Amino acid sequence: MSALRVLVQREDIDVGAELARLEALGGGGIASFTGVVRGEGGMEMLELEHHPGMTEKVMRDIAEQAADRWSLVGVTVIHRYGPLRAGERIVLTAAAARHRHAALEACAYLIDWLKTEAPFWKKEHFADGRSAWVETRKSDAAATDRWRA
Amino acid sequence: MAIDLLYFAGIREAIGLSGERVDPPASVASVVDLVDWLVARGNGYVTAFADRTKLRAAIDDRFVDLNASLAGAREVALFPPVTGGAA
Repeated sequence: MSALRVLVQREDIDVGAELARLEALGGGGIASFTGVVRGEGGMEMLELEHHPGMTEKVMRDIAEQAADRWSLVGVTVIHRYGPLRAGERIVLTAAAARHRHAALEACAYLIDWLKTEAPFWKKEHFADGRSAWVETRKSDAAATDRWRA
Repeated sequence: MAIDLLYFAGIREAIGLSGERVDPPASVASVVDLVDWLVARGNGYVTAFADRTKLRAAIDDRFVDLNASLAGAREVALFPPVTGGAA
């Protein structure tokens, strides 16, 4: 059984504390991915909306799939919602495994699946008052498809 | 049978509601039927569901095809494709 930690929260993510928690599981290899809001093209604020009943279930399913596929010692998936400014963390995926390849691959798998399966929507707010919902990108679906092989 | 509807992102904004409880007629059997029935109300519903290629649905917290049956459904969520995560 691997240790699963899945959270949907408004608060910031304490990456150091989360990685220390995974290190303490005794796996030997810990990999992580942190997503941070990009402040491009005058974007001041990113608003993240989610489906409260569904989000955690979908994230837990994805974490369980990764844990099984790579026999992970531990998995951590934390996603924020609400208004986020450029430079703020949005998401953390992390995996603890006995060996580095499993940890690194699991971590990439987690973030690829989150992007296409977790019910979050992003709206960009710009300095000039414009705002727009972010459209999906074909590259996101392609990133997920590679794990189906 | 009454169904709780949830709307998210651009669909929520176009309709002007985050959700509502509806009681469609028995002829409304699938998600597509439900959307057609909502569109017949006019106004924001027409805008919200204008592009069916950008419509996704979940029944009781599980993603479903738009042709999925509403039999036994308690809650139907309607939303655009998801754009979670970062980078």
